[in-house]
Amino acid sequence: MALTPLLAMIRKDLQLFFSDRRAVIMSFAVPIAIASFFGSIFSGPTRNSERARISVGIVDLDGSAISKAVVSGAEADPNLRVLTPTEDDARDSVRRGQVTVSVIIPKGFGDAAGKAFFGDGEKPPLDLLFDPSRSIEVAMMRGILTEHVMQAVSKEMFGGEQGRAAVAQALPEIEKSTMPADQKKALVEMLKSVDNFYKQPAGAQGNSGPRGITMPYSVHEQPMTSGENVAYNGYAHSFAGMGIQFLLFAAANLGIEILLERQKGLWKRLRSAPISRLTLLAGKVASMTIVGLMTLIVSFGFAMVVFGVRIQGSLIGFFGVALGCSLMAATFGLLIAALGKTPAATRGVTTLAVLMMVMLGGAWVPTFIFPAWLQQATVIVPARWAVDGLDAMTWRGLGLSRALLPIGVLLGFAVLFWSVAVLRFRWEEA
Amino acid sequence: MERGASDPMLNVKNLRKTFGSLVAVDDVTFAVNNGELLGLLGPNGAGKTTTVSMIAGLLSADSGEVLVGGSRLVRDTDPVKRRIGLVPQDLALYEELSARDNLRFFGALYSLSGAALDRAILSAAELVELADRLKDKVKTFSGGMKRRLNLAAGLLHDPDILLLDEPTVGVDPQSRNAIFDNLEALKRRGKALLYTTHYMEEAERLADRIVVIDHGKVIANDTLAGLQAAAGVAAGGRATLESVFLTLTGRSLRD
Repeated sequence: MALTPLLAMIRKDLQLFFSDRRAVIMSFAVPIAIASFFGSIFSGPTRNSERARISVGIVDLDGSAISKAVVSGAEADPNLRVLTPTEDDARDSVRRGQVTVSVIIPKGFGDAAGKAFFGDGEKPPLDLLFDPSRSIEVAMMRGILTEHVMQAVSKEMFGGEQGRAAVAQALPEIEKSTMPADQKKALVEMLKSVDNFYKQPAGAQGNSGPRGITMPYSVHEQPMTSGENVAYNGYAHSFAGMGIQFLLFAAANLGIEILLERQKGLWKRLRSAPISRLTLLAGKVASMTIVGLMTLIVSFGFAMVVFGVRIQGSLIGFFGVALGCSLMAATFGLLIAALGKTPAATRGVTTLAVLMMVMLGGAWVPTFIFPAWLQQATVIVPARWAVDGLDAMTWRGLGLSRALLPIGVLLGFAVLFWSVAVLRFRWEEA
Repeated sequence: MERGASDPMLNVKNLRKTFGSLVAVDDVTFAVNNGELLGLLGPNGAGKTTTVSMIAGLLSADSGEVLVGGSRLVRDTDPVKRRIGLVPQDLALYEELSARDNLRFFGALYSLSGAALDRAILSAAELVELADRLKDKVKTFSGGMKRRLNLAAGLLHDPDILLLDEPTVGVDPQSRNAIFDNLEALKRRGKALLYTTHYMEEAERLADRIVVIDHGKVIANDTLAGLQAAAGVAAGGRATLESVFLTLTGRSLRD
């Protein structure tokens, strides 16, 4: 392969790239800006920032000991910001999106819940008015509410006046009920035991803490990052995702540049020179790979300096994955040049292809929110391997051995794209 | 194959090219000698550009051959290609680069580098009178300057044969005249020039011989005087090249 023409092609492509202000901004500034935004969202609360709370309105129409305990339990919950509006205001504030959920505790809720707790009464309804656009927060709220209601009801049933009255009222009703004799016997014995428990002096019950059902475990949360004292840095993932996206865009743009060169007659000059086809294509791939590597290095460099992202895993593995990504993107650009007809038509199709690739690859949103079949299917998307590989070498802190598979797959995609491009490239210039 | 003393610098023999059912070039034969300018004339779609593309190695011929100095051009990296310079019809230049960077790149494609490349750039730029604008970006040039730079890019490696595909399209009379002067200077240096054009007055001024091609076939191959004489006898007086051309190719519109 002739070295002088090859180096000249690389130099010329880089000169053209840096002379195009739009391309430079798209490759360097835009991914940094978008990755910074996504990183700030997905990094979670920092030491100095307040935890984001779910806004919830609670309307207590009951005013019973149980309903008051539900409200006070919710108010003490660090995940909630509780408001106590009127019923009309509660409905209106959800409709206007000011609160995520409003809970309406109806009149008689405490009594009915107490009876239902021991299995005999009808379960009282608890109205949950929610904003349908915030389904994730609604699901969280459902779980939190269950905890507070169960705690309030069980506490009252095993220690409060409302509980005593409920047991005293429930016993004769159970005796009269039509339930099977063995079940009736067991339930009556349990309630009599509870009643005897109430009749003991307060000191004998052991006033060490609140009675009632509580969570039977505590959770010790431990983020699995590269080390025990290393916090997860969400910027590492967002810069990987955005870096991949924009290096694919940069490569696609260079592919379209080949179509423009053909349109302007420049390809005739290249083809009329005594240069092999391999040299022509290798020159293009080399310049695209350099641009891709620069895109990733500049993006991650910024993330390291400004957001404290670190390559916690193998440095060699990181550069291996970055090189694999860049080669894959470069050959993708060449494929675009081989398959594209006109620059304008190709640009639209290419933009769609890149966006699909990065979305399915988990660059925008984590792949775990995809359906199970789609999560499996995304292994055929090169961007998925690129993002996973960069994640492994940055915040996951994995070793070189864990970089080998992503590198191998990315190089495999590069060989595939190169082969198809070489087969489909139009060499004849009429 | 060694070139004999009487061999033409460019020898095109029985070239044929089809695109599907369309016969674009059919049995085209002509030759160009050193120091000679051959005008290749024809209506739109006659097969001129396809012929030039086959000579430059951009298209493979279905049959026939192209001999450059007696040697057949056979593959992409054939050293014979170094003896051919192409000046495409399009302004095949990078607008965002300077004139020097354009010439540096096109020269490097022929493995020129260092001082040899610098000399070639200066020599070509001086010929087309752009030596004082080498630092400027091409996008700041006028249409005529771009045409002259387009010509210079084909001369960097000092080819023996220059293929000029309508090199004066869209330029003002001053620039066209400057290009004519450049081509006459190249002729004097012994270059073999193949020149396609629609402009009859250009062929009348520059061409030593004229080949008229239509529907892919050569329908005339003679000197200007020979063509005029043949047409004049038929018309009963002296014919212009335009009337000769219209007589040979007809008056129906082609596109």
